[in-house]
Amino acid sequence: MSAQGWQTVSSVLPPGRYFLQGDEACAEGAIAAGCNFYAGYPITPASEVMERIARRFQELEGRVFVQMEDEIGSIAAVIGASWAGAKAMTATSGPGFSLMLENLGYAIMTETPLVLVDIQRAGPSTGQATRPAQGDVFQARWGASGDYEVIVLAPWSVADMYWQTIRAFNLAEQFRVPVIILGDEGIGHLRERVDILPEVRVYNRLKEQGKPPFGGQLVPPMPAFGEGAKLLVTGSTHDPWGYRRTADSRVQAELVDRLSRKITERREEIVQAEAFFCDDDPELLLVAYGFTARSAYRAARELRMQGVRAGLLRLATLWPIPEKTIREKAACARHVLVPEMNRGQLLREIQRIVPHAKGYNKTNGEVITPGEIIGAVREKIG
Amino acid sequence: MNPGTTTSIKRMIRQEVFPTPFCPGCGHGILLGAILRAIDELGWSMDEFLFVSGIGCGGWIPSPHFAADTLHVTHGRAIAFATGAKLFNPELKVVVIGGDGDLASIGGNHLIHGARRNIDLTVICANNMIYGMTGGQVTPTTPHGAYTMTTPQGNPERPFDLCQLVAAAGASYVARYSVYHVRQLIRSLKRALQHPGFSFVEVLSSCPVQYGRRNELRSPVAMLNYFREHCVPISRAHTMDSAELADKIVIGEFVR
Ligand SMILES: Cc1ncc(C[n+]2csc(CCOP(=O)(O)OP(=O)(O)O)c2C)c(N)n1
Ligand SMILES: [Mg+2]
Repeated sequence: MSAQGWQTVSSVLPPGRYFLQGDEACAEGAIAAGCNFYAGYPITPASEVMERIARRFQELEGRVFVQMEDEIGSIAAVIGASWAGAKAMTATSGPGFSLMLENLGYAIMTETPLVLVDIQRAGPSTGQATRPAQGDVFQARWGASGDYEVIVLAPWSVADMYWQTIRAFNLAEQFRVPVIILGDEGIGHLRERVDILPEVRVYNRLKEQGKPPFGGQLVPPMPAFGEGAKLLVTGSTHDPWGYRRTADSRVQAELVDRLSRKITERREEIVQAEAFFCDDDPELLLVAYGFTARSAYRAARELRMQGVRAGLLRLATLWPIPEKTIREKAACARHVLVPEMNRGQLLREIQRIVPHAKGYNKTNGEVITPGEIIGAVREKIG
Repeated sequence: MNPGTTTSIKRMIRQEVFPTPFCPGCGHGILLGAILRAIDELGWSMDEFLFVSGIGCGGWIPSPHFAADTLHVTHGRAIAFATGAKLFNPELKVVVIGGDGDLASIGGNHLIHGARRNIDLTVICANNMIYGMTGGQVTPTTPHGAYTMTTPQGNPERPFDLCQLVAAAGASYVARYSVYHVRQLIRSLKRALQHPGFSFVEVLSSCPVQYGRRNELRSPVAMLNYFREHCVPISRAHTMDSAELADKIVIGEFVR
């Protein structure tokens, strides 16, 4: 792998204006971030990520693609490759994400950088493969067993998919964690303009040897297999050098604590939210993410034209939740509305921060339109 | 120092991890020694290796004992993890070690697909015919009729022939021995390690504690004698009829 820490590299795709699908932009973002290993299994609406990678990796040097026998094997191969020094990714949708959860927990426990993309479709179970939904908010947060923190990003445009995928790799490498991109069929299959800039900022993990790879500091260094470090990697409770300590309560407590603290203590470096029409302390605040945030943006603009002081807070990170920003922006809002393509998942978390928040929810496999959000607002504020 | 001797292979083990967690009479320790002897006799350095293992007593053979890179993963998934590491860094010599439950039950899909890909991995199955670590439940390799914690009336199901399974799936080196047949086992492991492509060595391992004691093989010696008496080499098996072979285990190299 190239130099460690922050680097400026040229974008692999020649700079310019492109017309891409969300899934394709995800693949290109990964390539720009230095992704050199991909393992996956076909599933609608995420297959185009894998197909784009399969084709592009052929054209580029030193990048390995493999289609695995299932999603369990896909994330397993990604973790194996990551420890061999790769920047590795897999993409799937709800059912495949469910299959990955045990090994997602393994990646959290072993502090393995990787990017897991979930292009959400309507569920539960096989549900509607080609229809959008936002039903995996809590699967992403709590799907694996045990106690942990997790980073989840939610792109809202094709261009954002490109940049968020790059950011996902950078966060994964900086914090030694799996990072989840929670897309949705709406964004994954949308086609729109993406401006590719000539340069990209990327972060490459620190690999220093001689220091414990599983402790001693918030984010320990991570040498790769084959570098002579004699690594002991295990998903069982382990001490800073990787030795199993499956009955030591102190080691268990310290490990779980540090794995969480490496995210909670640096939360402000991770969380991102964008405010629109919020300069005058709106009376109505929409809080939205993913495809739904596009409709919310349009709804807020139209409500403004109709004389309603409406604003939008678009969440780019779902977990950790941008709690401070939500609290600030909602401080003066008499009404807070959270539209989601689920039965009110992120709403629960928003209500923890802003108790009077209400939801607008839809689970028929269709996106929420600006008109529906405006209608819901009119119903609430008259 | 002569390669393959106890003094010589000691360097290949992390000394601080003794004693091993294995029960008295467990065959996994014999297999542990056989793997290290094979590597040592080949004159290879542990620094070239990555050992990947799943969950179970068999998964503890390399981790944490082997003084090399080790990846101790989720139950059944070792071959899939190993596939990622090997594909990304083909210079690594990647060896997967796991139990019969780990590799052939929960991990059965990865086993056949690894063989189908004929990816350059060496897979060693420590087959004690039982879920040892979880207390003696039936596995896909438990003999028909055998008593386990979950087959109190005797196993009603037929076992897999793992060697035939992976050979049919495309493995390009396939062999079976037991921990009683140590010299042959070491020779076979050396061939498997040198073999480019998917090599599979099934090693019948003794588990007097979880398997033997419920099947009239209570002592470690009884279990080793069982392997001595029931294992027949391929060449002799060819001369035997199906009635004679009924309670026998064929050992040797099935695919070379
Ligand atoms: C997903 C999952 N299911 C079940 C278990 C429990 N478990 C731990 S070890 C084991 C059995 C291992 O048996 P085998 O692979 O034959 O190895 P042995 O202990 O006999 O060497 C099981 C079922 C687990 N750790 N993970
Ligand atoms: Mg077993």
